[in-house]
Amino acid sequence: MVSQQIKIAMVAAALVAFAYIVPHSGSFVVLLATRAMAFAILAMSVDLLLGYTGLASMGQAAYFGVGAYLTAILAAKFHFGLGWDFWLVVLLGILIGAALAALFGLFAIRAGGDYFLMITLALGQCAWGLAYRWNSLTGGDNGINLNARPSFGLDLGNQVTFFYLVFAFFAVSMVLMYVLVRSPFGRSLTGIRERELRMQILGYNTWLHKYIAFIIAGGFGGLAGVLWAHTNGHVSPETVVLTTSVDALLMVVLGGAGTLVGATIGTAIVFGLREYLSTLVPWWQYMLGGVYVLTILYLPMGLMGIPSRLRQRIASQGKSEGSKRLATKPS
Amino acid sequence: MNTQFWVIQAFNGISYGALLFLVGSGVSLIFGVMRIVNLSHGAYFLWGGYIALSVINATGSWALSLPVAALAVAVIGMAMERVFLRPLGFDPLRQLLLTVGFAFLFQQGALDIWGGNNMDITPPATLTQSVVIGGIYFPAYRMFMIVLALVIGVALWLAMEKTRMGAAVRATVDDAQMARGVGIDTNRISMFIFALGAFLAALGGVIGGAFLGIYPGLDFEMLPLAFAVVIIGGLGSLGGAAIGALAVGLADNFGKALFPEISYFTLYAPMVLILAVKPTGLFGRQ
Repeated sequence: MVSQQIKIAMVAAALVAFAYIVPHSGSFVVLLATRAMAFAILAMSVDLLLGYTGLASMGQAAYFGVGAYLTAILAAKFHFGLGWDFWLVVLLGILIGAALAALFGLFAIRAGGDYFLMITLALGQCAWGLAYRWNSLTGGDNGINLNARPSFGLDLGNQVTFFYLVFAFFAVSMVLMYVLVRSPFGRSLTGIRERELRMQILGYNTWLHKYIAFIIAGGFGGLAGVLWAHTNGHVSPETVVLTTSVDALLMVVLGGAGTLVGATIGTAIVFGLREYLSTLVPWWQYMLGGVYVLTILYLPMGLMGIPSRLRQRIASQGKSEGSKRLATKPS
Repeated sequence: MNTQFWVIQAFNGISYGALLFLVGSGVSLIFGVMRIVNLSHGAYFLWGGYIALSVINATGSWALSLPVAALAVAVIGMAMERVFLRPLGFDPLRQLLLTVGFAFLFQQGALDIWGGNNMDITPPATLTQSVVIGGIYFPAYRMFMIVLALVIGVALWLAMEKTRMGAAVRATVDDAQMARGVGIDTNRISMFIFALGAFLAALGGVIGGAFLGIYPGLDFEMLPLAFAVVIIGGLGSLGGAAIGALAVGLADNFGKALFPEISYFTLYAPMVLILAVKPTGLFGRQ
């Protein structure tokens, strides 16, 4: 086993290398990386629920969407959030995502299991329905355009500057979520994922644990939405649609649920495949779908599960003699 | 807003509910037997509509397109269960994620085969007329939908309550392990129920295609509605699916007519209220 410190060092080195290389790789790559990082925050928030708490949320786009719409509406209608007040919008975005999750969580967490999934899906559709239908506020199907990015000493209109800003948010989110899942609270969440009944018997208020995790995930979703709105320059019901939630879920599964790095890798792969494969082959969607299906069938732990699988295989080959002998022993 | 408005809206709501029953009952049955929330169900609906279109284009017969589309999708569903879901064993989360993957593959497949345009299924002329009752015009097609859903609902109920196969299905819903213990082939039941669910969804697609149209994205629009139906009614219960479908159909229709801007709220608000009182739905088993 690689020790935790070495793993952290590896991730940090990868992030530094990423931040160094991307700005030198042309504007297309910079934009792609910025989009992927904003979305990766959403994917990590899904992982917090799916990978660490065992809750498959199908409505994470709601918090993402509410953050994005908040940003777009404030900017387009009130010219708010285009200067220093951008930071206020970031804060508001996190709060509104968390508040919506606090509301939705009241219904979703109560149910649990398969009902949780369907309720989050339906609640997510509720948010989509509002975005789609509430023309006077959201612009309906056309959505809202953001004409300019904030500028406050730093000009975020500059792609590279903006890349660094999103990178900073992404890295901080990752660190915060890492601290969270390693904390006693995060350990309790893992306990709930493994065996909720036992945690209840041990005296943990599992409902409250799940509810808080749900709210935190909603807050990160809202943050991702704020960044996404400025990255894209356009917010439409497409942002809140069910496929956004499902995408995030699949990215987490692809990379490996229960590892924040996995969620990021999954996001990077899906964004990368989408952009590059679509220029190469017309049937790239099938490849993406095929990769999902194969991952679920053969790699239950996702791509992050490959090293431990290999280790297991090597270990079992080395020990096959020994284990045979053990197996013949009466137990 | 006079009586006529309310009568027509109620009628429209009930007929929409009839369509939702076809989709929702499949979701409910599959969950009851296999404990899988099938996210490909919307795709079955969409594919049913598209296959029917192809049949109509080829043969010109609407009546033929109904069974052909429904059976074709039933075979697809059965293959999916047999080849991909079965090997995973009892692992609801992975099975669920697999159905998500398939939902995407189906969506893309439909886009490639049938293109991205909105299409309509034209039912035969006899069904496009209106029937006048008490001075109000009722579209015959919507009446046909209600009758069809009633017939299917009664047939399903009879099959579940009165036949040996139905008893085996009910036993599997109640306790799959015990059912296996007394010699019921739950694998066969699962396969059969998956095919039946796909069959019903595809039938819904053909029927619904006449007034919803058939277009990319319809699959993921129907899915949450089907879920609302089973959330309200309770998973694994046919009667619940019927009540849920009626409730969702009426809520959706009146919502769109009375409060267009927040129509989705009026659809999901009753669902949330029911959940607050009874987390497993009106007729759900735990």
